[in-house]
Amino acid sequence: MSAKHNVMVFIEQQDGRLAEVSLELLCKAHELAEELGVEVEAAALGSNMQAQLADLGQYGCRRVYYVNDERLGHFTTMPYAKGLASIIRTHQPGILLFGATTTGRDLAPRVASELGCGLTADCTDLQIGEHKIKKTVYPDTLLQIRPAFGGNIIATIVSPESRPSMATVREGVMVKRVLAPEAQAEVVEESIQLQDDDFPTEVLEVIRQQKAVDLKSAKIIVSAGMGAANPEALRLIRELAAALGGVVGASRPLADSGLLPREHQVGQTGTTVRPNLYIACGISGQVQHRAGMSEAKRIVAINNDPEAPIFDVAHYGIVGDLEDVLPKMIRAYKEKA
Amino acid sequence: MDLHMIVLVKQVPDTHNISGQAMKEDGTVNRDALQAIFNPEDLNALEEALRLKERYGGRITAITMGPPKAVEVLKECLYRGADEAALISDRAFAGADTLATSYALSCAIAKSGGGDIILCGRQAIDGDTAQVGPQIAQKLGMNQLTNIIQIDSIQDGRMTVRRAMDDGFETVRASLPLLLTVHGQANEPRSPSAKLVMAYKNIGCAGDEAYDESYIEPQCEGYISQIKEWNIEAIQADHERCGLSGSATKVKKIENVVLAARETKQIEGTEQGVTGLVKELVDEHIIG
Repeated sequence: MSAKHNVMVFIEQQDGRLAEVSLELLCKAHELAEELGVEVEAAALGSNMQAQLADLGQYGCRRVYYVNDERLGHFTTMPYAKGLASIIRTHQPGILLFGATTTGRDLAPRVASELGCGLTADCTDLQIGEHKIKKTVYPDTLLQIRPAFGGNIIATIVSPESRPSMATVREGVMVKRVLAPEAQAEVVEESIQLQDDDFPTEVLEVIRQQKAVDLKSAKIIVSAGMGAANPEALRLIRELAAALGGVVGASRPLADSGLLPREHQVGQTGTTVRPNLYIACGISGQVQHRAGMSEAKRIVAINNDPEAPIFDVAHYGIVGDLEDVLPKMIRAYKEKA
Repeated sequence: MDLHMIVLVKQVPDTHNISGQAMKEDGTVNRDALQAIFNPEDLNALEEALRLKERYGGRITAITMGPPKAVEVLKECLYRGADEAALISDRAFAGADTLATSYALSCAIAKSGGGDIILCGRQAIDGDTAQVGPQIAQKLGMNQLTNIIQIDSIQDGRMTVRRAMDDGFETVRASLPLLLTVHGQANEPRSPSAKLVMAYKNIGCAGDEAYDESYIEPQCEGYISQIKEWNIEAIQADHERCGLSGSATKVKKIENVVLAARETKQIEGTEQGVTGLVKELVDEHIIG
């Protein structure tokens, strides 16, 4: 066992396809590892993925510990938890990151419970810092920063007394970059043997649905809030989004109301977005919403309440009714184009 | 089938409806102004248990961990058809993170005789962590199926369910015992039954002196006369693993969210104002 406790990322895959969020996390892990003077490693379980895993080198990953078994092509909890716990016990990472996906949120807590270590869900930032408990100082502690109480407060969580410090992060929160285009990661096959009774769950059918909306890669998002909770305003929002070649987003209250499906939801509790243009229509701008869109290159807010907090983050503010302003905007753009 | 189903429920502050009043002048959350509600997805978990009982028979025990006031959510479970209820309450549980919470609840599940099916909501709206369910399953050495939107059937001791995934659905089958976490889209939870509300009108908790189960009075007409109240000794939990001392995670700091305010350019909602804005966005290549 090396004395160094590296930063490790769980690489999620679905039938051989790597999850985008795992690649984003490798890039964040690279930053953390540089600060700690350690290396970035990955843990993966799957079937015949050696070549793909070696390519993770381009995102700064040095080494991948890999459990190869044809029965691991599709995720089920029990064998994954067993394999991952074995990798952690053998290689002793200091930090372990997971995507806050359905799979990550199923697997991470089970493994954290088995190892008795701390786990923080849905972190929006990760930093390295110091933490003191009574007289003991823990340097190089992972500061796990996450919104709490519906996004109205930000909590910094630490778990210095157990190892690894584990955290999940939603897709789109960290930014993916190719760090070394030619680099290859070393793929280390783990020797753990899985038996048939390690696979108690049978997967009978998998139905994939194309996402109805891809907020994360959209360049233009026209978003609806409770001020747009009527058919006419929603129609205008769809029309403007279509005219601009953008997609339709939603605030949490609007998604809660069922007027737009959940996958349209922008914010820390939905999707974090960084488009070129974000047009907030009738969105008051709760903290968790603003924090999930404030990195847009340009933000236009339209609201009939001049005091709405959304105006604090907007580059352009229009105080007015959607039914009045949106048609003007659609006309103005069509005349320009 | 004599199924024992255990539904884990939680009373939570209604964080989705934080109104002006709930935020103090300094931007912090005024917890007292937030209504305490039945965690929404735990109601979906209870509903699935009730439907299973209707189809396959069995009995349902509702368990919650929380302050004495949390007994309210147990009553809501009884009003909807749960057969028994237990409140896990002790100062020693205060400050528990998900690790310590799952430990205490797994002790309570053992105390209630263990279950064939443990059901929880997918996540609670005060923390949104979705961790306690899988952590209990691990501690009980039980298989888990999370994010369930439909329970198809139980046949020959094996359950078939549909799980919501990020990019679709999957149907899986596994043998009981199982821990399930139930998604909000799984069902429309029922309302309390007027008959059961009447039947449990005067129900209370067994007091502090009554941790001995023999205190519980014989059941009359199929209705329990007492909600069990268990402290740390009653569930034989190890102090070291409960509350703050059993928590691996610590809160280092809580901050109010301050997002850097921008210089906002006010645009008139007139034809001229809006046209000017669109032109500016086109000129800056923000829109094509």
